[in-house]
Amino acid sequence: MRIPILKLHDYLLISIQTEMDDNTAIQFQEDLLDKIHQTGATGVVIDLTSVEIIDSFIAKVLGDVVTMSDLMGAKVVLTGIQPAVAVTLIDLGVHLKDVPTALDLEQGLIKLHQELGE
Amino acid sequence: MDLQSCVTIEKEWDIVQARQLGRDKARQVGFGTVDQARLTTAISELARNIYLYADSGKVCFEISEEDDQKGLTVIALDTGPGIKNISQVMEDGYSTTGGLGAGLPGVKRLVDQFDIRSEEGRGTEVKARKWLRNTN
Repeated sequence: MRIPILKLHDYLLISIQTEMDDNTAIQFQEDLLDKIHQTGATGVVIDLTSVEIIDSFIAKVLGDVVTMSDLMGAKVVLTGIQPAVAVTLIDLGVHLKDVPTALDLEQGLIKLHQELGE
Repeated sequence: MDLQSCVTIEKEWDIVQARQLGRDKARQVGFGTVDQARLTTAISELARNIYLYADSGKVCFEISEEDDQKGLTVIALDTGPGIKNISQVMEDGYSTTGGLGAGLPGVKRLVDQFDIRSEEGRGTEVKARKWLRNTN
């Protein structure tokens, strides 16, 4: 299973709509970094509106991909984290500090514009 | 108490199977979306522990009824190496595999009752139970 990555001008857009197993998550991490490399994208939005659970593994993969992309020079914003997911992550003890987030895709794109000073 | 249902954990995909069945059970008991997410996440953590640390094991679900309370019990059983120092694995941030170390202490915070038994060389049994909150 591969998560599709869409290109829009200088940005990459991803909407995660599948129940993610560990392999899919790791594959996505690699695919996203490759795509940033290929396209020279400066901003990435990962939309999690349809994601019903984020466990510690998926959280680590997402947190890592934000840091990895940052190393390559692309800013990532996570959007659409559901209320139940936010509650669960904090209970679990996962705080995803330093990870930029926004309420939805629209806010995420605004945040990218601001961060990138465009 | 109804019949137990279990998912055997051998492959990575079994983790997903376990949480899907767990979510169905949680819905069946009548948990709201936040508690469904808490249970599903707890199941995912427990199933991953089996996958990572034990050769094989299973995650079972039991709908529990006590007095006038209803809840869901998740039982994670494995025949792995067991845990030498249980108090250590219950510390936040402890991890042998370089993960987040959210594992067991995280699971404990997600549920209402948590019980772990382990014997070195024999295996580990974790029971995590969540009660339906009374809204009246």
